[in-house]
Amino acid sequence: MSTTTPIPPRHREIFSVVGLDLEHAGTVSTEVQRILRRMGVEPEVVRRAGIVCFEGEMNIVLYTPGGRIILLVYDDRLELIFSDQGPGIPDVELAKQPGYSTAPDWARELGFGSGMGLPNMEANSDKLEIRSRPGEGTVIRAVIRRGKDETAGGSGATKA
Amino acid sequence: MKLREVAELVGARFLTGEDLADREVCAGFAADLLSDVLAMVREEGVLLITGTVTAQVVRVAEVMNLAGVLFVHGKVPAKPTVDYAAAAGIPLLATPRIMYESCGILYAHGLPPAKRKPLPYEHNHPHSSPP
Repeated sequence: MSTTTPIPPRHREIFSVVGLDLEHAGTVSTEVQRILRRMGVEPEVVRRAGIVCFEGEMNIVLYTPGGRIILLVYDDRLELIFSDQGPGIPDVELAKQPGYSTAPDWARELGFGSGMGLPNMEANSDKLEIRSRPGEGTVIRAVIRRGKDETAGGSGATKA
Repeated sequence: MKLREVAELVGARFLTGEDLADREVCAGFAADLLSDVLAMVREEGVLLITGTVTAQVVRVAEVMNLAGVLFVHGKVPAKPTVDYAAAAGIPLLATPRIMYESCGILYAHGLPPAKRKPLPYEHNHPHSSPP
């Protein structure tokens, strides 16, 4: 894969996310978008990054005691890495199915937990890797390629 | 359609962003599930019509670059949420009308529905994108 090039990122930022902090949930995503806009990143890429980041951020807030989000900006792509010390995902393939959800009622009352988070992250990324170990936590790496003029999302839209 | 016309048509008041009342709204999308907004709205400049009044509504509006949010059912978000929207430049409107009625009025006056993104499991589905 071409994503292993040794060129250092143009920008790197680390955000911490506090679990169950609903008051601030979503603020990392809006900050990430502000940084990307300031750097002149393509608007469609900023939009997709915002959606991927928001879904990932809400997963950390709703399901884990906390974690962090790393933003890496390269000339040809963005990477968002989400890591948490949560309960982990026992069956990643199952969790990626649209509509599958383990959300408690209170999360649904907030308008989340319809089981579209991971599928939506996948749809707006060009590559999504999920590594999870039950009892230890989850790491998700999303890659969004730059310089494309798409309106319908990432490679998820072309996958059969 | 401008936000000002939206407010007049459904009898809504601006909670914040009245200075942006001339902002153009390209389409409407109604949902209480923010997951649906994040997964389905594909355009920018859409008006979100919702009965959900949590702080996350405004964050979603910001992330999705929505034109504004119309709260229905007479519900209004808490002051910190309104303040956040004011700082972020997201106009918030509130109407005592119910969601069904608000949508009907706006639709009848020519506000088109937002184009919906197909969901991952419905590619090639004939009804995934409205005509």
